[in-house]
Amino acid sequence: MEKKELYLTLFRSTFFLSMFTFGGGYVIVPLMEKKFVNELGWINEDEMLNLIALGQSAPGPIAVNTSILIGYRMAGVPGAMITVLGTILPPLGIMTVLAYVYLAVRDNAIVNNVLLGMQAGVAAIIVNVVYNMAMRIIKQKKIIPILVMIAALIAGIIFQVNILWLLLVSALIGLAMTLYNLKMKKDEGDIK
Amino acid sequence: MIFLSLFLSFFQIGLFSFGGGYAALPLIEQELIHAQGWITNQQFIDILTLSEMTPGPIAINAATFSGNQIAGVFGGIIATVGVTLPSVIIVQIMAYFYFKYQNLTVVQGIIQGLRPAVVALIASAGVTIFMTAMFGRSSWPVDIAEINWISVVFFAVGLFLMRKYKASPIQVILITGLAGGIVYSLL
Repeated sequence: MEKKELYLTLFRSTFFLSMFTFGGGYVIVPLMEKKFVNELGWINEDEMLNLIALGQSAPGPIAVNTSILIGYRMAGVPGAMITVLGTILPPLGIMTVLAYVYLAVRDNAIVNNVLLGMQAGVAAIIVNVVYNMAMRIIKQKKIIPILVMIAALIAGIIFQVNILWLLLVSALIGLAMTLYNLKMKKDEGDIK
Repeated sequence: MIFLSLFLSFFQIGLFSFGGGYAALPLIEQELIHAQGWITNQQFIDILTLSEMTPGPIAINAATFSGNQIAGVFGGIIATVGVTLPSVIIVQIMAYFYFKYQNLTVVQGIIQGLRPAVVALIASAGVTIFMTAMFGRSSWPVDIAEINWISVVFFAVGLFLMRKYKASPIQVILITGLAGGIVYSLL
């Protein structure tokens, strides 16, 4: 395939997915999978699943991360630059316009009433998200993650500890657990 | 210099949000409301509402919108670049090592460790959002007499629709928005 054509398809695919997909990363990423695995056939299913897992391991929006990985996989650093642009340009345009509409109509009584109603809806969405995420941790029935979650909840809400400290401490706990598990596996291997 | 602090704030938000758009919420709250005082609780919820309603990644939507609120069009661009840049750098480094060694056990182990803390952090941002929606503010202590009962009903209906009928966030926002437009306007 010609390079120019590859770049163009990368840009077009990520741009349209970002432009027309409602619901954020968790909806966009499966559609990226469909586009690049099933429609274009550029990446095989297993590799795509690994890329998605990798995108979720990195900090930042997962749709952005996954698009960078796809671009990098297909065309190196230039590819990554193209897909990240394709992903962020549509929201950049849409939200800039919306920001001005918002400024113009925010004080309108009816708009205010609509937004007041939506606030309760958004509160319900967040509570639902947190419930689902917390249940996933609890269902693993592992004591350390549950303790970390409770400790972080208390530290964050009651003591208002800085988020970066909470992340650092829990990352260190994650690191210690991983190294411990790796060592256990290695020891088991040695005994055998 | 507003643009520099805007860039640094959003760079930090991008750098430390592990687990998608919702993970950025506690960082946005800490940075933009508490540390910088750029936006209010109400604006924070509006930003989240509009980001959920529009297409594209939620964290990018939130960054562009709040950047615009804080410092105009250029502010929106700076915030968006700031929140994206950590991904551009870190993801490519991870991709390089991944394609070289096909193994990221340690990195993924650390992320596993982060997940419970991230849930707790989103919960803490959730408390702010919930309190603001129910009481109009999130400062303690609250007086139960100040509660907005219409909000409580909308909240309960929204939660019910999602749990029972698997309604999507956007459907819940549209329904509660429509209901708010009608109910509050008639009162």
